Amino acid sequence: MKINWKTTLRYGLIGGVSALYFSMIGMVELFAGRNLIGTTVNMGHLLLYGGMLAAGLLAARAHHQGKLAQHAVIGLVAGLSAAIPTALLVILHEFIPMQDVFVSVNNALIRFLTFERGLPGLLQFFLASGLLGLLGGLFDGIPTDYRRAVGTGLAGVAIVAVFSDLVTQVLTNLFGRASVNIFFVSKALKPVIALVLLLAIAAFVFMRDRRKANAPAAVAAAPLDKRAALRKQVILFVIIGALLAIAPWILGSFLSQVLFEVGRFVLLGLGLNIVVGYAGLLDLGYVAFFAFGAYTMGLLTTTTNLNLGGGVFNFWLALPIAVLVSVLFGVLLGFPVLSLRGDYLAIVTLGFGEIIRILALSDWLKPIMGGAQGVLFIPTPEIFGIVFDSPESMYYLVLAAALVAAFVSIRLRDSRLGRQWMAMREDEDVAEAMGINTVQTKLLAFAIGAGFSGLGGAIFAARLGNIFPHSFNLLISINALSLIIVGGLGSIPGVIVGAIALVGLPELLREFQEYRLLIYGILLIVMMLNRPEGFLPAEVFKRELHAGEITEPAEVE
Amino acid sequence: MAMLEVHDIHTYYGNIHALKGISLEVNQGEIVTLIGANGAGKTTTLRTISGLLRPRQGTITLNGELISELPAHELVYKGIAMVPEGRGVFAKMSVQENLEMGAYHRNDKAVITSDLEYVFGLFPRLKERRRQVSGTLSGGEQQMLATGRALMSKPTLLLMDEPSMGLAPILVEGIFDTIQAINKEGTTVLLVEQNALMALSIAHRGYVLQTGQIVLTDKADKLKKDPTVQKAYLGVD
Repeated sequence: MKINWKTTLRYGLIGGVSALYFSMIGMVELFAGRNLIGTTVNMGHLLLYGGMLAAGLLAARAHHQGKLAQHAVIGLVAGLSAAIPTALLVILHEFIPMQDVFVSVNNALIRFLTFERGLPGLLQFFLASGLLGLLGGLFDGIPTDYRRAVGTGLAGVAIVAVFSDLVTQVLTNLFGRASVNIFFVSKALKPVIALVLLLAIAAFVFMRDRRKANAPAAVAAAPLDKRAALRKQVILFVIIGALLAIAPWILGSFLSQVLFEVGRFVLLGLGLNIVVGYAGLLDLGYVAFFAFGAYTMGLLTTTTNLNLGGGVFNFWLALPIAVLVSVLFGVLLGFPVLSLRGDYLAIVTLGFGEIIRILALSDWLKPIMGGAQGVLFIPTPEIFGIVFDSPESMYYLVLAAALVAAFVSIRLRDSRLGRQWMAMREDEDVAEAMGINTVQTKLLAFAIGAGFSGLGGAIFAARLGNIFPHSFNLLISINALSLIIVGGLGSIPGVIVGAIALVGLPELLREFQEYRLLIYGILLIVMMLNRPEGFLPAEVFKRELHAGEITEPAEVE
Repeated sequence: MAMLEVHDIHTYYGNIHALKGISLEVNQGEIVTLIGANGAGKTTTLRTISGLLRPRQGTITLNGELISELPAHELVYKGIAMVPEGRGVFAKMSVQENLEMGAYHRNDKAVITSDLEYVFGLFPRLKERRRQVSGTLSGGEQQMLATGRALMSKPTLLLMDEPSMGLAPILVEGIFDTIQAINKEGTTVLLVEQNALMALSIAHRGYVLQTGQIVLTDKADKLKKDPTVQKAYLGVD
């Protein structure tokens, strides 16, 4: 096979320009401050050289086949060329200090790039890049089972190291502070532990794949015994249920709060999933209903003079009312947009969302809704003497709400109404010609979606104790929409995975907060290019997006 | 009294006057066809009858009952079913799910099951592919599916919009045979077609539309011999 140098160089340069970009915006330098394994590997390395590795791997993959040696050469060239742009930056910096214009191109960055050795260090930089590119190329060339094992192992170590906060917290809560010091040095994995972990995961994956491959094909293909499958499912449910129930004890206060955030967005996502995923109505003003829920809860229970409830309402009485109010507004805002489809619907709902926020902020409604000062002193829920004042207890509240919402979602999906939504999403006219009342069907989607959102808003208000108009900005709607798309439109497990990925994980990486939206954007683009159906897609969308890949029996007409 | 009576309907798209006073009748047990060139108003007429468009003027009655005021989804309950232009199958649903949507407004599970078997009897091809996603069916199969789905609502009047569109001639023949079979079993059919020759060969009567008006109506075999029809739609000089 001939090596296509143009393709190889292209991948290398794409990697190189990305590395240059990440360096110049300060990401590399910031990431370099966080050690992953001992003091030798930090997150800056992961970002920079991970790119070189990817360049080598992708360049080799673009060649489809070839000998291992060719893979190595391709990877090496891609890796070396990926180092060029950043190397040029280092050289340029030597002669023209750029820090006045590019704040992040500073000595700290240069020291990191040159291994603290000045210009001669560039040689080392090229060496490292070339080596990583070579490894990436080789990685693509080795047999699949080895590749899976090594890949999973590396990914596992990287995840443990990057989310070491989470791991150390769990270890502390389970086995005490001392256990952490066995595995970690400050936040970084000890090198020996990292190696052991890598080997353990790789060995596990390798053995499992082997066993699967060795099992007689007939047994693997035969449909699982139904009872056994059911038992497996029940066991899985029990384990997940138990984990959810004890999560706050394992995770501690801060992580419980992260879980609360995830739960809040699961609620939002489940509601929006009904509107967008089931009924196919693209609603960009979804945050409005979240605001209705929160403000209803706030205004009914606050102890300030904004209180509209006359002191009668506690959290539990106000909760159903908050949901009802949201449902009502869901229907009210649904009416004007009944005849709108697709993009037009998205624009109008976007407008609605903003109107609601601006109304809450306005001086006109200030006597009722508190204007920019918001609604303060919303009491925490309390039942049978249990006060929900800690993140841990609020977690249970949002968990219960999310479970109810998930249950309702599942039942709705399989109901007549679910089919109505699906038919309407596919073709509104035909659905109508089948006898479906599309007006009613649409309004029900808006109403139920709004109800879930309102529930989330009410709990949110009680958790924070005060609410402000700016908590209900467009970004919440966008977040909710992104998470259901990333998770998989129309899929309930997808909503949960999406919420963890887009809301939970960023909370764990707060130190890199300023690049959150950048990473978010990159993730979305990569996701849509490579896996448009989402992490855990619903059956119908999988069928749609991969319809071309279904092997059909030949037509005989 | 005719089963379906359309009296002087005028339908607009915004300011465009698409139907300029269409009147037609369909009697119990007939196959009636609307033929005409592109843009003559055939589909508009059908969509107006099925309630998806609303006439600005004129009335439509079904068995003496005024239906031109009713929303589309209620007409299904009155016994009207439509096979839309371009077939309009629910692409992401399986074949069987599509057929079940046709019986959406009914609640009699046992009868629905037997109707499903009836449709599978008409189109054995659909039975073979009942679990397949309908978006992956061929054009001919999708037309069968759309027809079968309409039949699942047990219609007394079946509206068909261009069933021959985009299909190979041999498939068109099959579809038209089926229409005749359905008709023989008691379903009245109103058929819109560009393929005038095929339509007139199975229909009892026909209407010729031109720019939103009916210019000619007669028995189908007489229309076939009519010189203007022959010249304009049958390609006979």
